Amino acid sequence: MKSRRQFLKEAAAGAVLVGSTGTANRLALAAMVDRRAEATKSKVVVARDPALHGTAGGPGTGAQPDEQRVQNLLDRAITAYTGHASSVTAWKSLVPMDKVIGLKVNGLGSKGIATHPALIMAVAERLQQAGVKPGNIVVWDQNAHFVESCGMTINTDPSRIRVYSSDVAGFEDEVSTWGVARIRITKILTRECSMVINMPILKDHEGAGVTFAMKNMYGVVDKPNTLHGNHCNPGVADLNCIPVIRTTVRLTIGDAISSVYDGGPGFHPERLWYPNALLIGEDRVAVDTIAWEMIDRKRAEMGLPTLEAAGRPPLYIATAADAAHSLGTNDPHRIKRVEI
Amino acid sequence: MIFAKHWKAGTAVLALATVVAGIGCRKVQVDPFPQSGAIAGWQKTSDTRVYAAKDLWQYIDGDADRYVGAGVISVATSEYRYRDEVEAVVDVYKMSEAAGAHKIFAGDQSKDGKSVALSDEAIAYEQSVIFRKGSYLVRIVAYESTPDTGQALLGLARGVASNL
Repeated sequence: MKSRRQFLKEAAAGAVLVGSTGTANRLALAAMVDRRAEATKSKVVVARDPALHGTAGGPGTGAQPDEQRVQNLLDRAITAYTGHASSVTAWKSLVPMDKVIGLKVNGLGSKGIATHPALIMAVAERLQQAGVKPGNIVVWDQNAHFVESCGMTINTDPSRIRVYSSDVAGFEDEVSTWGVARIRITKILTRECSMVINMPILKDHEGAGVTFAMKNMYGVVDKPNTLHGNHCNPGVADLNCIPVIRTTVRLTIGDAISSVYDGGPGFHPERLWYPNALLIGEDRVAVDTIAWEMIDRKRAEMGLPTLEAAGRPPLYIATAADAAHSLGTNDPHRIKRVEI
Repeated sequence: MIFAKHWKAGTAVLALATVVAGIGCRKVQVDPFPQSGAIAGWQKTSDTRVYAAKDLWQYIDGDADRYVGAGVISVATSEYRYRDEVEAVVDVYKMSEAAGAHKIFAGDQSKDGKSVALSDEAIAYEQSVIFRKGSYLVRIVAYESTPDTGQALLGLARGVASNL
């Protein structure tokens, strides 16, 4: 018969053996769970080039960035996002080659703070290299004036990249509804495009707090002003839930080359700054979550209150992430943020 | 008969009074935008666009609410170029009262602005000038910055102010 002391000694030794095996198993299981969790995270690439706006006298001086550097930054960003070594292969994995691809830009803030023409042309160039016909690329915004603010010239010739506006194309007669959104949608989105690449520009917004990916959809409807109530919440989230917007607008290539950190969405040169960055992601909520953080960080640097302290937090981002809307995630733990 | 004579005379007086009153009350249409060459170096490069308060969102989106709350009636906007170096936009907001114009003016200031002697109140930045004259609020913003931009903008601002 074993003594109590002997029993405890043997039991302890056995526990160590079992424990070590169990620990290994638990570690392996945890690693697998981590990998799966990592794979299900929403990926957002934040690509930066501090030299996009160059030194005095060189390319990229002043309001417009260095075009070649923008192209290079886009290539780095898209390959990092997809994991493909070549940018053309990366584009082929993201867009249908034989369909019409829309580029929804944003020129509301005038030519001082609009989606940069260098970025628009860089995307259009790579789409063509990937096999998209020029006439199957449509660059558009709310009206002709905004399009021109993005440095584009109106063109409807189908042999070249087409550039026009929601108001010229006209809106569907049928009213689309989702929550508070009761609007008519531009025919460019409903009848022309199989896929839209959302190309907003990062800005502070007097009403919404931040305007970037989801807010840019205000430019595809006839009466965006009806969605401005309560700091655009739930207007922005509801609008993005309208099926044609939810399903067709699939990728954001966000322009954070320059930005206004206060006083937006208009152009205030005294509040202009150059993040010199692009944000790429398919989860529009995750992209906007990072955009909010960027604006707030800059405001803190400039001694301004956070958007929440200023009384205009972009609450529509959390609304877009809730179960009713389910447009993406605003949980930092579920966002895979890749800084390059 | 006497009544008829008085009736005719009364009608004539009334008609004359209406014409005089009409002339007296007719509002002179203000065109605040200097023509090309009126201010040294500046060319007007676009037609003037005007947005009524109800349509202001088409021009400045969500910022429109702030102006509407302050009593905006309309905004007129036009673009300019200075010696092929600088492009700028001039926005002239017509508010219902001077207090509304002041409210926007005060809210748009930031710490690096310099007060300048122009109209009722004015602030100048490196690339913009904002001033108020009565119930008009004017924002002039340049898209580029050169060593001459600040002075050039002030010159244009004085030209606009003199037209208001």
